[in-house]
Amino acid sequence: MGTPNVKPDRPKAMLSDGPDWTFSLLTQYEDEIDRVAKIYKLDTYPNQIEIITAEQMMDAYASIGMPINYSHWSFGKKFISTEQGYRRGQMGLAYEIVINSEPCISYLMEENTITMQALVIAHACYGHNSFFKGNYLFQTWTDASSIIDYLVFAKKFVSDCEEKHGVDEVEKIMDSCHALMNYGVDRYKRPSKISMVEEQARLADRAEYLQSQVNDLWRTLPQSNTVPEIKEVRFPSEPQENILYFIEKKAPLLEPWQRELVRIVRKISQYFYPQKQTQVMNEGWACFWHYHILNHLYDEGKVTDSFIMEFLHSHTAVVAQPDYNSPYYSGINPYALGFAMFMDIKRMCTDPTPEDYQEMPDIAGKDWLETVHFAMQNFKDESFISQFLSPKLIRDFKFFAINDDMKQDFIEISAIHNEQGYRLIREKLSAQYNLSNLEPNIQVYNVDVRGDRSLTLRYIPQNGIPLAKSQHQVMKHLHRLWGFDVKLEQKNEDGSLTTLARCHSGIG
Amino acid sequence: MAHFIDRRLNSKGKSTVNRQRFLRRYKNQIKRSIADAVGQRSVTDVDSGESISIPTRDVSEPVFHTGKGGKREQVHPGNDQFAPGDSVERPLGGEGGGGTGDGDASDSGEGQDEFSFQISKDEYLDLLFEDLALPNLRKTQQKQMIQYETFRSGYQTDGVPSNLDIVRSLKGSVARRIALTSGKKREVKRLKMEIQAFLDDPHEHPIEIAALEKRIAELEGKIKRVPFIDSFDLRFKNYDKRAIPTSKAVMFCLMDVSGSMDQATKDIAKRFYILLYLFLTRNYKDVEVVYIRHHTQAKEVDEQEFFYSQETGGTIVSSALKLMLEIVQNRYDAGEWNVYAAQASDGDNWADDSPSCRQILTDKILPLTRYYSYIEITQRQHQSLWREYETIASNCDNFAMKHIQSAEDIFPTFRELFKSQHTTADGA
Repeated sequence: MGTPNVKPDRPKAMLSDGPDWTFSLLTQYEDEIDRVAKIYKLDTYPNQIEIITAEQMMDAYASIGMPINYSHWSFGKKFISTEQGYRRGQMGLAYEIVINSEPCISYLMEENTITMQALVIAHACYGHNSFFKGNYLFQTWTDASSIIDYLVFAKKFVSDCEEKHGVDEVEKIMDSCHALMNYGVDRYKRPSKISMVEEQARLADRAEYLQSQVNDLWRTLPQSNTVPEIKEVRFPSEPQENILYFIEKKAPLLEPWQRELVRIVRKISQYFYPQKQTQVMNEGWACFWHYHILNHLYDEGKVTDSFIMEFLHSHTAVVAQPDYNSPYYSGINPYALGFAMFMDIKRMCTDPTPEDYQEMPDIAGKDWLETVHFAMQNFKDESFISQFLSPKLIRDFKFFAINDDMKQDFIEISAIHNEQGYRLIREKLSAQYNLSNLEPNIQVYNVDVRGDRSLTLRYIPQNGIPLAKSQHQVMKHLHRLWGFDVKLEQKNEDGSLTTLARCHSGIG
Repeated sequence: MAHFIDRRLNSKGKSTVNRQRFLRRYKNQIKRSIADAVGQRSVTDVDSGESISIPTRDVSEPVFHTGKGGKREQVHPGNDQFAPGDSVERPLGGEGGGGTGDGDASDSGEGQDEFSFQISKDEYLDLLFEDLALPNLRKTQQKQMIQYETFRSGYQTDGVPSNLDIVRSLKGSVARRIALTSGKKREVKRLKMEIQAFLDDPHEHPIEIAALEKRIAELEGKIKRVPFIDSFDLRFKNYDKRAIPTSKAVMFCLMDVSGSMDQATKDIAKRFYILLYLFLTRNYKDVEVVYIRHHTQAKEVDEQEFFYSQETGGTIVSSALKLMLEIVQNRYDAGEWNVYAAQASDGDNWADDSPSCRQILTDKILPLTRYYSYIEITQRQHQSLWREYETIASNCDNFAMKHIQSAEDIFPTFRELFKSQHTTADGA
């Protein structure tokens, strides 16, 4: 029932296949794609499609894809290296960038042919867009309607600070915040929505309040003459994973404007958090839909043969997965895995095998459109893989798992795509997309409130994987924000503690 | 329903600020890179930008990430030979078979030793000559020779036919004709309507009509006599002259090529000349370079020969000064050209010649030149030439001298030579 009716050989006005595009042609394609997307029940934010040049695309790259952002040298560095790569022909530019905002802004490059533009519209403006709107992570953690406003606010605030306190001062704080950006995220607590108007109204209040809190925290007047019983009080009482949040609220020496800068970096980091966790799903979903929408148009006789050939050519390149021993191999291609998984879900619904009934009883033989929508809405990469990666797909990809223990001289092959290996591979591949496995587990453990006010972070390694030596640099940044001694310790498997890095305040 | 916006015409320089921030932050490293690059350029090559390399570790943005070691489990696609329990040798480099941490991949830029990029010519020159002033610019401004440039300035009623502005003249013609005839035309129109009124009247009015027609004929005659174009209409383009500071400069490179000057010393000198040339091109439109090399005799040569041909023999510096004076007098009228000179030497000179060098410089050359700089590239004691020049330096403020010992000194010396100029000028 979900499968739309296909009426072949119906002579109808075909859409021109360009290759050059015009605005009227784009509108025609967009109308058709929109019509088809509705058939497949894709629910999207309104689209705002912007045509830009290659230079502007590089600008967009540099500011992490956002149409507006505060100024920082690291974006300049990004821009310079993108430009270098592009000029030398080492890299092409993406065909599109899409922003999780309402309306959903997508950039189309001027250089694309009409086929590519149609592909991008189907991919970004309907695929990604509906993902942004439908997926639970995005719904919970980001507020599409306010991000642009917030960035406007952030840009203004940062440039005001630069005017007031000097570019160098602001840059120092921003550098330090960027170093800890990955630790500016609440993983479990839902953040409050951000809005520019509120932010500005609350800014002054908050600054004042925070400062008073901080002062109070460090008040060390003796309460009575009797020597108080020395108790081992840990502050914070529980380890804090959101280091930037902790700094924003508790760092003793920061000025109010510096706290606000920390907050800005933290908020932006939080905004991108869902994207990091849904790469496979998001790209897979978008590829799945551009594939279906454009094929649907072809089946209806709306687009020409050469259009569909050019489309398939690009599509195949995008979803290709090189093997582990290929010179082009650089890990698992999220487009390939995601697309294959959504296609496989559809297959299990429409054309289930006995194996599917046994392994995936919840999916096999169900309505495919409902099932893929359900999968898109309620999972992130990690859970999506552990839920939907079928044995058939493991066989198709010829997945194998390795166990690489640095203590051993050899790598061990722990599982391959056979009967015994399916579960293990599914589990390991899923873990590979678990963000908490990818980023070192570092938390704020203790502040020596009664002593030298030093801050202790604790690293809990997984599988004995050590921290890279960049930790020393990062600790310097943390020290700048905290203002007193900072310490990084590692909790070993046997429960003992090792101090990894320490950063002392200079005299004065 | 989508909304299309054409952003292509928006400015593309959105990242300019960030780029400038980057350059600003790494100014010191970039300057170092530039100082190295100077030596590899031809003296007159100033049109290109420069490729800059900065060690990657300087520009990296540190984050916490995992390093090598520990136990990792990874899933890879495309199994073609492995069975569970197989042991495989750990691949080197770790690109294909895995084994390196995710950390290395995620930390952008790692694995490359240098972060290289291009800066434009202007950025290059800006950085190179940051906070340097043109020598003597302030003091000699009044004296500076003036050239004239003609430029358009409005219109006039008189002039030669070639300057006639046709459009403007015809506009005047139309205006004049309208001004002179419109009243009469209106009158004619009114009279014609009166005639019509008489004709429409049931009674005959031959006398009145005849009078009116006569009047009309009169007016039309007057209208006809207004000329299509009158000398009064003519407008001619007007040109005026204004004074502009001369934009021509000549730079004399004087170098001792006697046996005591080795290639390393010449290279140091070359860098100095490059800097001077770049510096002049920042301020003058046309810069010519004259190369004079000398041992006991002086000769004007081209760049290649200047730097790279080998000569031996004694040293008489005054020969070069005389040749320079001769060339200035013959080819570069001091009124029209800003003359700069840079002399490089290892300090050797025929002892009896040094006083005469001083003489030529103070009496003849320095009055003609905007700035004369002398650099001595030597590890040894100063000799007679240095002492003679020292007396010049204390008397003339468009003369500067510095001692360079190794290549590292060039840039600081150059900066000092040109920076100190203001204070000297102010003090004098």
